[in-house]
Amino acid sequence: MAQAGHPEAAARFAADDARAHWHDQALWFVRLKRDRQARALPEWEALRACAEKIKAHTASRLADYLEEFERNATAAGAVVHWARDAEEHNRIVHGILAARGVTRLVKSKSMLTEECELNPYLEARGIEVVDTDLGERIVQLAHERPSHIVLPAIHKKKEEIGVLFHEQLGTAAGASDPAYLTEAARGHLREKFLAAQAGLTGVNFAVAETGGVVVCTNEGNADMGTSLPPIHIACMGVEKLVPRLADLGVFTRLLARSATGQPVTTYTSHFHGPMAGGELHVVVVDNGRSALLAAPPHRRALSCIRCGACMNTCPVFRRSGGYSYGAVIPGPIGSILSPARDPARHATLPFASSLCGSCSDVCPVRIDLHHQLLAWRGELVAQGRLPAGKRLAMKLASFVFRHPALYRLGGRVGRFLLRHLPRALLYGRWNAWGRQRELPPAPKKSFRELYGRDDG
Amino acid sequence: MDSRRAILEALRRAGAPAVPAPPHPAPIRYADPERQFAEALVAVGGRFFRAPDAAGLSAQLAGLEPFASARRMVSLVPGVGRSDLDLSQAADPHALEGLDYAVLPGELGVAENGAVWVAGDRLPLRGLFVVPQHLAIVVPAGALVHTMQDAYARISFSGRGFGVFVSGPSKTADIEQALVIGAHGARSCAVGMVG
Repeated sequence: MAQAGHPEAAARFAADDARAHWHDQALWFVRLKRDRQARALPEWEALRACAEKIKAHTASRLADYLEEFERNATAAGAVVHWARDAEEHNRIVHGILAARGVTRLVKSKSMLTEECELNPYLEARGIEVVDTDLGERIVQLAHERPSHIVLPAIHKKKEEIGVLFHEQLGTAAGASDPAYLTEAARGHLREKFLAAQAGLTGVNFAVAETGGVVVCTNEGNADMGTSLPPIHIACMGVEKLVPRLADLGVFTRLLARSATGQPVTTYTSHFHGPMAGGELHVVVVDNGRSALLAAPPHRRALSCIRCGACMNTCPVFRRSGGYSYGAVIPGPIGSILSPARDPARHATLPFASSLCGSCSDVCPVRIDLHHQLLAWRGELVAQGRLPAGKRLAMKLASFVFRHPALYRLGGRVGRFLLRHLPRALLYGRWNAWGRQRELPPAPKKSFRELYGRDDG
Repeated sequence: MDSRRAILEALRRAGAPAVPAPPHPAPIRYADPERQFAEALVAVGGRFFRAPDAAGLSAQLAGLEPFASARRMVSLVPGVGRSDLDLSQAADPHALEGLDYAVLPGELGVAENGAVWVAGDRLPLRGLFVVPQHLAIVVPAGALVHTMQDAYARISFSGRGFGVFVSGPSKTADIEQALVIGAHGARSCAVGMVG
């Protein structure tokens, strides 16, 4: 498939300067909330280090822990299904629903089912699928996809949601108050919950020791969807497992603080078997995860707990928007996961980073995100996937760096031109660095010249 | 080969290096856990009540909305509120729709985040904590831990079971990051610490 082209998509997003700025600020606000929560705990860094090791330990014995999970989940009354890929996952979910005559399904947020494109699969087979997380419902009504894994509708303004709800839910024309719109969605979705025959959720954590699955939400939508209809289907990637119940003590302290800057999600629900008279199905999905685990440079990306902190802090994500990544999981973690699936299609993503390292600093499981992005660049260059212009520029730079005299000359010429070239020429189409920013004032002397002086 | 075996074999073949399970870090110790709990609960949109006994808590709740004006209420806590619905007769969770208020027992409060552990085996219907419009949870005053790590040390599951940490009322910020209380579940959450 053709390259997704992050630079082009990002340029389209950034063209609306006011909107790009607003998006940037909205996410930075979440990042600051995260910082306040992290600083409130003296053991924060120790928690991150521990979470990283629990994930590495689990990954090293994942098959054993999955078998233990299956044994205990089955003993608690759940039915465990295994899916090698997205197609098999969708077939299993549809099979469960079809065999029970279910035509009305309510869903809470699951990035895995987005990855598997479950909704269109079920809809094409006559099942009404209602996303019940408010942000997900908004993008579903707008026939869009989530632009962020935790804040699916972060790209939309309240006025746009007001128009959408006016057209689809009959709210007052021109109304855009978030409380009013949320109340309308509550009424609309409560009807869907009451009428649903089955509920589907993602899984935040699965516990080998107890056979339980844990789902975290703020809205309570997963809880509405699993306590009214009798059938609960929980879909999880193999990497969601933790060995012991006690490990949840570490991860529940990290997840919401990192994601939205709350001390914990409003609801942290633990399911061991179905409700009385009901059914619980757990679908365990590989879909490329075992391949990622087998690739040493990118193995640690499998530790991701989908908090979205790397997106909120990323200067590129904040200014280019989730859609510019052309992938279900955007941002720094998505830029590692996506090329692993399809390097040709996602070859531009590892370059959508300043390598500032902020993503690695906030990651609650300490994935070395910016190192992995750099590693990906090397792999993509080796695969010959760099555009010709960039290849040439890199060759030129490499040549200059190997010839100190040429490097010094280049610096002098550059500093002279920056000071004396007319603006029209300096900020011409050729200069990508001058497009959305002022170039820095050129100093008279280079660092090398200053450093070399005896009195310097 | 069936998918189960294929997945397990692929994961075993992946060869992730052995890493021992780490010890968990020592969690924070608050000087005054009850005060920390109350502050954390208020910060997540909940209300905190302290009473010597059930009657005292009832008296505090009685003067306050939305408890005072609740038309249909259920209570699983003797001496706090009343039950307008006979839960022993209600096998279908849809009967919970239309309830204005639920009073439930909580097992454990968590100081760091204002969460309360609600054990599923004490709920005749699982949806009791989320379907009614408003919620009060009553926790014995001594049942308070500092952090989630301490809480999980006190929780166990053997076989079938449901349980949930509830931290304040249902909420969302999906529209322009504006916090709105009352997304799908309880529009308010009061925690009464008794004893």
